[in-house]
Amino acid sequence: MAKDAIGFALSALNRLAGSSMLDRLGMRHTAERLAYRLTKGGFQVITTSARAFKSNNPSDKPQRLDAPGHTTGLFDLGITDEQQMIRDSVRGFATEVLRENAEQSDAEQRTSDDVQSQARELGLNFFAVPEALGGAAAERSTVTSMLVAEELARGDMGQAVAVLAPMGVANALTRWGSAVQQDKYLAAFAGEDAPLATIAVCEPCPLFDPMTLRTTATRDGDDWLLSGEKSLVPLAAEAELFLVAAETGDGPAVFIVEGGSDGLSAGDDPAMGIRASGQRPLLLNKVRVPAANRLGDDDFNYREFIDLGTLAWCALAIGTAQAVLDYVVPYCNERKAFGEPISHRQAVAFMVADIAIELDAMRMLTYRAVCRAEQGKPFQRETHLARTLVKDKAMQIGTDGVQLLGGHGFTHEYPVERWYRDLRAIGVVFGGLHL
Amino acid sequence: MNLEIPKKFKPVINNARQVALNTFRPISRKYDRAEHQRPKELDMVASVLDGFNEGDPANSAGASQTGKGKVQEDGGVKNGANMMTCLGALEFCYGDTGFLLAMPRQGLGNAAIAAVATDEQLERFKGKWAAMAITEPGAGSDSAAIRTTAKEDGDHYVLNGEKIYVTSGERADCVVVWASLDPKLGRAAIKSFVVEWGTPGMELARLEKKLGIRASDTAAINFSDCRVPKENLLGNPEVDTKGFGGVMETFDNTRPLVACFALGVAKASLERTRELLSEAIEYDYGKPVDNASAAEAELYRMEAEWEAAYWLAMKAAWMADNKQSNSVEASISKAKAGRVGNYVTLKCVELAGSIGYTEDELLEKWARDSKILDIFEGTQQIQKLIIARRVLGLTSKELK
Repeated sequence: MAKDAIGFALSALNRLAGSSMLDRLGMRHTAERLAYRLTKGGFQVITTSARAFKSNNPSDKPQRLDAPGHTTGLFDLGITDEQQMIRDSVRGFATEVLRENAEQSDAEQRTSDDVQSQARELGLNFFAVPEALGGAAAERSTVTSMLVAEELARGDMGQAVAVLAPMGVANALTRWGSAVQQDKYLAAFAGEDAPLATIAVCEPCPLFDPMTLRTTATRDGDDWLLSGEKSLVPLAAEAELFLVAAETGDGPAVFIVEGGSDGLSAGDDPAMGIRASGQRPLLLNKVRVPAANRLGDDDFNYREFIDLGTLAWCALAIGTAQAVLDYVVPYCNERKAFGEPISHRQAVAFMVADIAIELDAMRMLTYRAVCRAEQGKPFQRETHLARTLVKDKAMQIGTDGVQLLGGHGFTHEYPVERWYRDLRAIGVVFGGLHL
Repeated sequence: MNLEIPKKFKPVINNARQVALNTFRPISRKYDRAEHQRPKELDMVASVLDGFNEGDPANSAGASQTGKGKVQEDGGVKNGANMMTCLGALEFCYGDTGFLLAMPRQGLGNAAIAAVATDEQLERFKGKWAAMAITEPGAGSDSAAIRTTAKEDGDHYVLNGEKIYVTSGERADCVVVWASLDPKLGRAAIKSFVVEWGTPGMELARLEKKLGIRASDTAAINFSDCRVPKENLLGNPEVDTKGFGGVMETFDNTRPLVACFALGVAKASLERTRELLSEAIEYDYGKPVDNASAAEAELYRMEAEWEAAYWLAMKAAWMADNKQSNSVEASISKAKAGRVGNYVTLKCVELAGSIGYTEDELLEKWARDSKILDIFEGTQQIQKLIIARRVLGLTSKELK
């Protein structure tokens, strides 16, 4: 391959790096940072151009799903036969497909087209799109979405994110989209060739709070101009459709942005984990969005939009932590030290017990918040508590998983190191998904 | 799936909370200081509870009603006696854990009688307050190592041995004593006997002075050639392991209950600490926990841990109500609530500073009371053993 502009710049930088002049001038850090920024900018890719989304025949009001009718007011941890069926089929897919492809997808930093198309064949998108728009959803199914997320992550979290991101956009359009937005964008998700889509909320700053955004949306005639940098955006280079959170000056809002828009590009900044999600920074430079593409009507609730994403991440953490438990049990029973399985030692067995205890604790808080969301009850406090607990316990389980395998756990020969890297995402990411 | 407490339990919760706030709290400190003095005020509450239990079981909440209750078998989901008793007990302990334990006629012995007694025995022991005597100086968590013996002699069993940590052992009318028909035969030979005070050979050795739950007396009782009528043996007199298993199964109902004791006392601490800190902190569930001040974040973490333990207890109780096997879930709920209750009450003292550490507030008392809840009805470590054995599929010989 011929040396391009970046190649020349790199060689120049490399010569500079060996030079003692940098140290004498105290410029080494600046130069290294410059090198990083140069290449980071240089590896930018344009986003995938969206198909021509067309508005056909919008109805007067948007399609909204009601709370399911199967609950009785009694405390009940049971799930419906339909949910059990969906859970079983997703579990099969997660075990046979996602787990098998996990190591490779992590290395390639993307979920393969084959996996995406197999995921589509499961028909998950149909459950996110209302019947009137060609889908199969007759009532709100936040709990079902949560169970799906949990099962997918039990196979592999990174790919689960890539599979769930488009479904999240469909869920968000169903829950918040205006009649015109639903007509134009949502129906496609129930079609043969459903678009890849994603949600961009997170930004590269420490102590990020999704209520305080640096990405701005400025009014320009009938349009909005979006500028800023988003981080950890799943499928950023592949998605045809983005939901982008930005500050309007009058509080945060979410905008529907089509892939390939002028000024929209995906950067390159590989992460510790969830690498199979195809996450990248999303760069917005005065991206023009029609006013009609501001998500929702008067009933849009940004807080709930964020919280439904946070709960999806909690569900992923539960599935991944379950994968850790599933893995360490046979390992500790088979691995021998001092003449007997290490599981016969309380120091090891109690660690396993703690994983079981806290995994169930994570489940209860997440299920509680999701049930309330599904039933249309306030769930901000419950989401806050779920995230607060889940991010700590999940990471503890991740690190204990590696610890239980010892040196083996530290290598790529075993999956626990990947779960360790993936689980760190729970305390970091906002957006990306939507139950 | 629905994680809400059903409306039908609201009256139980409310009644118990009224007792907690209006009867228990005002005398909480008095009996913490006056250890071994019988709280007379509880007699009235106990009568009210008796009335509830007699007349309106659906709306009553005693300490010993787990595993019972008239639940219709219609194939649907059940929210029954286990959940209700847990919710009631939580509120009582929100008032004062010591008083709940000292409540007349609500002892663990009553629960044992209710669970396994014959109709004739139920009638004979009706209205009696029964304590429970399992632990011995040499046998705590290891209840199979019980050394107290019961030797058959004509129409009687002759009991010999030393029992400790008998809650309300002196105040109760009778004590359900675990003893072995033959210590060489291990668990299979362990039986329980109702021994009434006044039986010759039964003697109070001492009342313990304790770290917390001082309103609840803890007795040590000696048995020397104590003759107990044969008809006072509970359950099957044959030597078999099934009997012991049955005893262990009662823990599946009582562990979520004790979890709720811990949740009750922790709720009291957390609520009071939030009040004390309300001038310094503006509570906001909108911002990520890491963006809050250290004290505020700590309160959210405690609240999250508390909620998690609460719903785990509800899960275990719900499973019992629905006749699902819940041994692991019962132990998970006890392990979680036991350590969360202790952690929360101690942390609250710390956050409240010297106000929390001194006796003007009850925070320091709650932090002392909570410790026992991570010990009795199976310590934290015993729960972890049970959970680990089940999760790993190991026997008690493999994972000791």
